[in-house]
Amino acid sequence: MIVADRKSLSEIQDMVRDCRKILLVGCKGCVTVCNVGGLKEVQVLAATLRIAAKIEGRPLIVEETVLERQCDPEYVEMLKPVVDNFDAVVSMACGVGPQFLSEAYPQQRFFPAVNTTFFGGAVAHGIWEERCAGCGTCIIHYFDGMCPVARCSKSLMNGPCGGSDHGKCEISRNINCIWDMIVRKKTEQGRLNDLLDIVPAKNWQTARDGGPRQSRREELIQNG
Amino acid sequence: MDDLKSGSNLEKVLKAGHFALTGECGPPKGANIAHLKEKFAHLKGVVDAVNLTDNQTAVVRLSSWAASAIMVQDGLEPNFQMVCRDRNRLAMQSDILGAYALGVRNMLCLSGDHQKFGNHPAAKNVYDIDSMQLISLVKKMRDEGRFMNDDVIDTPPRLFIGAAANPFAEPFDFRIYRMTKKIAAGADFIQTQCIYNMDRFRVFMKQAVDMGLTEKCFILAGVTPMKTVGMASYMAKSVPGMEVPESLIKRLKGAEKGKVAEEGIRFCLEQIEEFKTMKGVAGVHLMAIEWEHRVPEIAERAGLLPRPVAP
Amino acid sequence: MSDAFEPTIIAFCCKYCAYAAADLAGSMRLSYPANIKISQVPCTGRVDIVHLLKAIEDGADGVYVAGCMEGDCHFVSGNLKALKRVTCVKKTLAELGMEPERVEMFNLSSAMGPRFAEIAIEMTDRIRKLGPSPVRRQPQPEAAAE
Ligand code: SF4
Ligand code: SF4
Repeated sequence: MIVADRKSLSEIQDMVRDCRKILLVGCKGCVTVCNVGGLKEVQVLAATLRIAAKIEGRPLIVEETVLERQCDPEYVEMLKPVVDNFDAVVSMACGVGPQFLSEAYPQQRFFPAVNTTFFGGAVAHGIWEERCAGCGTCIIHYFDGMCPVARCSKSLMNGPCGGSDHGKCEISRNINCIWDMIVRKKTEQGRLNDLLDIVPAKNWQTARDGGPRQSRREELIQNG
Repeated sequence: MDDLKSGSNLEKVLKAGHFALTGECGPPKGANIAHLKEKFAHLKGVVDAVNLTDNQTAVVRLSSWAASAIMVQDGLEPNFQMVCRDRNRLAMQSDILGAYALGVRNMLCLSGDHQKFGNHPAAKNVYDIDSMQLISLVKKMRDEGRFMNDDVIDTPPRLFIGAAANPFAEPFDFRIYRMTKKIAAGADFIQTQCIYNMDRFRVFMKQAVDMGLTEKCFILAGVTPMKTVGMASYMAKSVPGMEVPESLIKRLKGAEKGKVAEEGIRFCLEQIEEFKTMKGVAGVHLMAIEWEHRVPEIAERAGLLPRPVAP
Repeated sequence: MSDAFEPTIIAFCCKYCAYAAADLAGSMRLSYPANIKISQVPCTGRVDIVHLLKAIEDGADGVYVAGCMEGDCHFVSGNLKALKRVTCVKKTLAELGMEPERVEMFNLSSAMGPRFAEIAIEMTDRIRKLGPSPVRRQPQPEAAAE
């Protein structure tokens, strides 16, 4: 899923400082699963913003809603009857949400309430970790299911570098060295030979380096 | 001497079978060329080539190719370092050509330290290709006369290709294979990480000899004399992939007051003495950063002077 | 003015311990301040961050959660979850410029009638000293009252 972190209260407050009536929009997709932008988090942020306004003695109405998905025009459309009733709309979805919303309602202002961080999953309750960098050409099968693009701090294809330290990456004792894990697993599985060939330079054209990407599925595209 | 790949002094010294000695020098954090030239003066005639670090530890310094070019003017031989952190394949190839055009003949290919602990931690890193792929790239440019995309190079860069190896980083058992890969990629010489744990290094070198690697590539053993007990403890604890045995720290602690640095040098000299006869070791890479003025003394005491004059 | 201040305090009490302890305090004729408004919950694990914030938003001067002794939760770890949420709300209050001590977590058993009264007195004293919640201190504009 796409993982995100809530922005600080003060950052969100600064965005909507001049608004008297705002709509908070959550999303039932990834951000609900990673507990950052679902119904509960919308309620918490809304209550917090209202308390802040009350402390300042400032009029502020915060309304709350949650869409099935904000990355889908079909659901984004559901805001149509209400979207213009507000001075601004704050999206708690990943970075896609506020963009789809702005595209659908160009007259309205949309603000992101979260920082979208990575593609990953929960390794334990309350802890999420990055797994994929969306490079566009998956090669993890060469590395026994572990991605050096996203998980090696230097995206090395022929690691581990000299900074690998007792299983941890040189950048932090909290980050595993993925190359240490790859070597260990290959060794355990008796496939260390796989790592003896030099992996050639990666073609980054399918990654963000090739420009903004588009996926077209001709069989799904409706004509006219 | 037709089979020379680059014609560099280092290549000639090694191929003539001499025990090589290379030094290291960090370019200034500024354009203070006078200071840089002072450092060069200490090393002139004392080492066969001098590594010029490339934004080492991710701290911005005068560019390694410019420092290398200045060194060429001063009559010393640079070993131009390039890390994969700061340049993509376009910048790399163009800098390789530029450095060669300015007289550079040795080049060391490195991954580079992550910028997190440098002085621009907010930087975006590149890592378009890794050090292994960089070695292959330089070899391709030199031997095939082609760029990475196969376009023909008008006057290819003839460089003596170096790579680093860290026999002390985990996973230890894989280190010899990684060095093997670097040699297969095209490394002509290897400079190792600073060695303090001699036992482990002996094992590593035995593996290298047994695997025939020392027939294909020159291995230079890396040493850095310890200046203080604090430096030793810091390296032991805080430098990832560095191994400093407790016995060495004890030995330094046991030194008389004001004699720690001398003890550090003595340890280093003992190491060099052993390397001279250790099978497969082709020379020493002496990394005495900010201690360039002591290098002549160390080289002298190690019996490595005068340096051979390459034909 | 603060002499006359009678705080409103919401107590979320688990029915297995704190709520039963309140009953016991009553039958023991132990008096505790009338400022405490008790809200019974099946387990303190059911008390969410949003409940605590809502209480503050609605003008409570203090809020606390009273659950079973650690290790004695009927739902294994409801009280531990509650403690984490209380800690989180304390952080939010600090961000809002409010005193984090307005929110608290307590642990007690159903047999601790006197302890229940003690907690009620302690919280009331504490909040009295802090004064009215800043949410109530400001004259509230029309719109926000909607
Ligand atoms: S190789 Fe690319 S697509 Fe596959 S997991 Fe890694 S970043 Fe994602
Ligand atoms: S320590 Fe491991 S994960 Fe970190 S940069 Fe080096 S090889 Fe990559």
